[in-house]
Amino acid sequence: MKMGFGPYVLAAWLFFIGLYGIVTSRNLFHLILCISILQSSSYVLLLGIGYRTGAVAPVFSDIPVNTPAVDPIVQALVLTDIVIEVTVLALLLTLAVQIHKRHGTLDPDKLSAIRG
Amino acid sequence: MSLRTRTRLFLAAGMGLLAFFIYGLLGLPPVGQQISGYATKLNSLTVPARHITDTVTAVNFDFRGFDTMGEEYILFTSVMGVLLLFRTQRDEVEEAPRNHAPGRQAPPSSDAVRVCALSLMAPTLLFGIYTVTHGQINPGGGFQGGVILATVLLFVFLAGDYEIFRKMDAHRAVELAESAGAAGFVLVGLAAIILNKPFLENVLPLAPAGTVLSGGTVPLISLSVGIEVGAGILLLSTAFLEEALVLKSKKGG
Repeated sequence: MKMGFGPYVLAAWLFFIGLYGIVTSRNLFHLILCISILQSSSYVLLLGIGYRTGAVAPVFSDIPVNTPAVDPIVQALVLTDIVIEVTVLALLLTLAVQIHKRHGTLDPDKLSAIRG
Repeated sequence: MSLRTRTRLFLAAGMGLLAFFIYGLLGLPPVGQQISGYATKLNSLTVPARHITDTVTAVNFDFRGFDTMGEEYILFTSVMGVLLLFRTQRDEVEEAPRNHAPGRQAPPSSDAVRVCALSLMAPTLLFGIYTVTHGQINPGGGFQGGVILATVLLFVFLAGDYEIFRKMDAHRAVELAESAGAAGFVLVGLAAIILNKPFLENVLPLAPAGTVLSGGTVPLISLSVGIEVGAGILLLSTAFLEEALVLKSKKGG
């Protein structure tokens, strides 16, 4: 595989290691962390797609407008992605706290028979 | 299903997924070779057309402003969800924080932590305001600045004790700020409709590029997002702190 695919390989690794963690998880907090690892693969993939060798950041406050710059669209996507991830993570952690309060366990396997 | 069968099933299915993943990646250009024509267009158009020198902010709050509004409401809904789930349940009563280890006093924050937190408060506040208001010139904007602003009040928690923090954190005011920030984005968009233009279209005169007021409505949107994100993160952190520090025990238990 060529060097030019490095970020894509990293994104694939993060995606599958996160997925593996979710499938084999024995603890809801561990599972939530795995979701966040899985999601970070999307950041690497997006930034990899938008990168251009030798280009600058897409900020033109002190450089001429026609300077080659990297893709601003994927950077904006990653920015909102991170914000959403943080808040959704908070929501998931809240659910985990409440599950522990109600059922006294965080093992997803022991939660399969959920009482009312 | 046992853990072992599950892992085997995952490995089998994962192989198939990986094959499709690699197949998809092979269709992408190698990293660093080229970016989309759309991106090149935006990079060259943003300064002349919008007077905004940070293209990322322009994309977020102008070119795809409508999408960002939707994302902002995901944030709003998540914060509401956390607050809703952490409210005192029907069978619980709130108690003042209780000493779990009588005879062993918890040490107060050390002087070093206090001095650091107190001396960082003003610079962080200034930096947060700067980041929110200068998103159209330099990297920054409402999302990043809002988080920095929320940190300022967490320094109060680090510097003092929890009771002071609880009194300072006017819950209602923060909730109001969050709602006002969320509404601000929509109101800026509606202003365009009232003036007979498409939703979220810029309605303000564009100041020269590189000044705070450049970008028309973008600084306004950035400001309202900053208020919403700051208040939202603050509500999230206080909800978790309160859950950990104010005991909620079952009635009669």
